[in-house]
Amino acid sequence: MIVDSYRFLPRTFRPLYEGRGPFPGEEDPVWKPFAKRLSESRIALLTSAGLYLKESQPPFDLDGERARPEWGDPSWRSIPAGAEARELGVAHLHINDADILADPEIALPMRLLEQLAGEGLVGGAVANHVAVMGFQDRALNDWRQTTAPQIAAHLREQGADALVLAPA
Amino acid sequence: MMPALAEERRAPRIVGVEFPFGHAFGMPRDRAMQRRVLELALRVLAGAAGFGTRVDLDVEWPVPIREAYRAWQPKEPSPIVKKMLEARATS
Repeated sequence: MIVDSYRFLPRTFRPLYEGRGPFPGEEDPVWKPFAKRLSESRIALLTSAGLYLKESQPPFDLDGERARPEWGDPSWRSIPAGAEARELGVAHLHINDADILADPEIALPMRLLEQLAGEGLVGGAVANHVAVMGFQDRALNDWRQTTAPQIAAHLREQGADALVLAPA
Repeated sequence: MMPALAEERRAPRIVGVEFPFGHAFGMPRDRAMQRRVLELALRVLAGAAGFGTRVDLDVEWPVPIREAYRAWQPKEPSPIVKKMLEARATS
């Protein structure tokens, strides 16, 4: 089965995504072989579903996006692997968040990853995964200069061997 | 969900799923489906032979397309979509 990338996208949006090619300056392949065994590797997850901890973290800045529709909050949140569904909020204006709130594993499968670690498929999971909000301005300057380096530093601190990126 | 876009943006390893937006790992509370996605992602992570490896998951979304298409969308249009719709209406 070949996945139809545009099956769930409104037809009029397709030209906004199709055939755009790489970002300028990002044409070259990025590749690093995965040298370790999966069963000895610590894995991190990143979701772009806009998850945050309701009690201790601010939601992503949706008012800012409403004021400037072409801008999206470029900050990120550290999500503890043991966070319960009831502790998580979703701040994302581009998706219906009902299913994610009912079962955050569909965006950030932290419990499942722990289970796979328990079964020995992976060596382990980081203590703190990562959440961002996926709608971003086209230039991505904040991402390049601040967000991505901060997330990379966080992943190094967590001892992550690899990151699974999950778009929302 | 949009593996063609991931290829264009030069992602090194890609798993394609034909799921509605907001559901990268599948249906709520369907642990078997979620496990199939995450296991495939981990196997592609560790086993891909080179840049641009893409493996699509052979799982059909178990909700009729019209219903699923409506269900993933926010209750009101996002600010950028609203702006586009307003611009289209005035042009």
